[in-house]
Amino acid sequence: MTELLVGTRKGLFLLEGEGGAYDVRARAFAGEPVEYAVRDGRTGLTLASVTSAFYGPKIWITDDVSGDWEQADGVVLPDDGEAALVRIWTIVAGEAEGLLYAGGDPGVLFESRDGGRTWEVNRGLWDQPTRPSWQAGGGGLCLHSIVPWPGDASKLAVGVSAVGVWLTDDGGESWRHGNDGLVPRYLPEDAREDTFDLCVHDLHRAPRRPERLFLQFHGGVYRSDDAGETWIDIAPGLPSDFGFPLAVDPADPDSAYVIPLTADSDRVTPDGRVRVYETRDAGVSWSARGDGLPQGDAYLTVLRQAFDREGEGPGLGLYFGATSGDVFGSTDAGATWFTAASRLPPVYSVRVAPG
Amino acid sequence: MALVKLRAPLRELAGGRTDHSLDGATVGELIHALERAHPALAGWILDERGGIRPHVNVFVNGTHGREDTAVSSDDRVHVLPSISGG
Repeated sequence: MTELLVGTRKGLFLLEGEGGAYDVRARAFAGEPVEYAVRDGRTGLTLASVTSAFYGPKIWITDDVSGDWEQADGVVLPDDGEAALVRIWTIVAGEAEGLLYAGGDPGVLFESRDGGRTWEVNRGLWDQPTRPSWQAGGGGLCLHSIVPWPGDASKLAVGVSAVGVWLTDDGGESWRHGNDGLVPRYLPEDAREDTFDLCVHDLHRAPRRPERLFLQFHGGVYRSDDAGETWIDIAPGLPSDFGFPLAVDPADPDSAYVIPLTADSDRVTPDGRVRVYETRDAGVSWSARGDGLPQGDAYLTVLRQAFDREGEGPGLGLYFGATSGDVFGSTDAGATWFTAASRLPPVYSVRVAPG
Repeated sequence: MALVKLRAPLRELAGGRTDHSLDGATVGELIHALERAHPALAGWILDERGGIRPHVNVFVNGTHGREDTAVSSDDRVHVLPSISGG
């Protein structure tokens, strides 16, 4: 039995099922935008990012999705500035007991050391001297990707749209760019050198070879073999190098999955066909995986947090949702797919909830 | 004259040409000159108040510019969509 936490424009849905048969087991925050929800497998607690149009962004926490939720403390920006928190984009477990990270807009990283009940801003990143010149993407100045290093809490990579990749080796005390090789084709050539305007869309690490990272860019798919210091373009072979989410098979450091969209100017699945693309050779070649997905008149948009996996190897589970309200799944590493849900509100995030 | 460079879809509204040599002392004056030469561009780069639309970026020699950014005859001015939606 698999549980999926599906954040939508109109609430959080807990789907439960097996194979192709899924049901809505619970709904929370009815009517509110739930940008992200995740269950911490270490504690069993579920955390949700909810941004009320009236009352702003909050993180909520519960041990029962259909029960009561507790508002987390400290999800605010420091007093010594003028910015206000816009939105929390992601919540990720860290590599120490009780350690969690949350990323948000405007380019802010929060840390919790008590399992998510209280949070504080990471000052190392917040106090970057270049911050006044950081440019937001259309989705905001969003810190959307947080990538721990397995077994080492001192190392972390984060992705910010549109301020590129940031790396730390001292637990977030100090940060440096990890952008060499990323090419922002959306800028004039004479504006590209030394620019911060690097629109990372998603970032993932290969757990069994942690120095390897994969990145979906705003025009480009990249791989790093040196822990994010430098990047090489691996998009050739894809129908489009534009898209948002990315996933990896933990068992295979050469694996990555992307869901291409037609282009920056046309953010729907190409040719009216929904296809996930898989590489098993670190991006040298790509194969379409669409068996069971809509293959006609299907113009879907899949957002960056709306793709997740469970398990690994031949039984790798893959799940993604679209703004159409559809959620799709695969339990054979993308070879075949089923529709887990349809007619939900527009899907912002999909995360497999560890049992 | 400054050189204004356009990308799609603005290029198609300006006779299909990427490069446009125009007179003007500021970015705003250049854009107005561009609109006079190619009326189909009216309302695409500047809004009805004369401001550059929020999701349009202008670079003057590789640096972000605004309506009132001064330009000289050797400058290159790129007009292109911002990184929207990312």
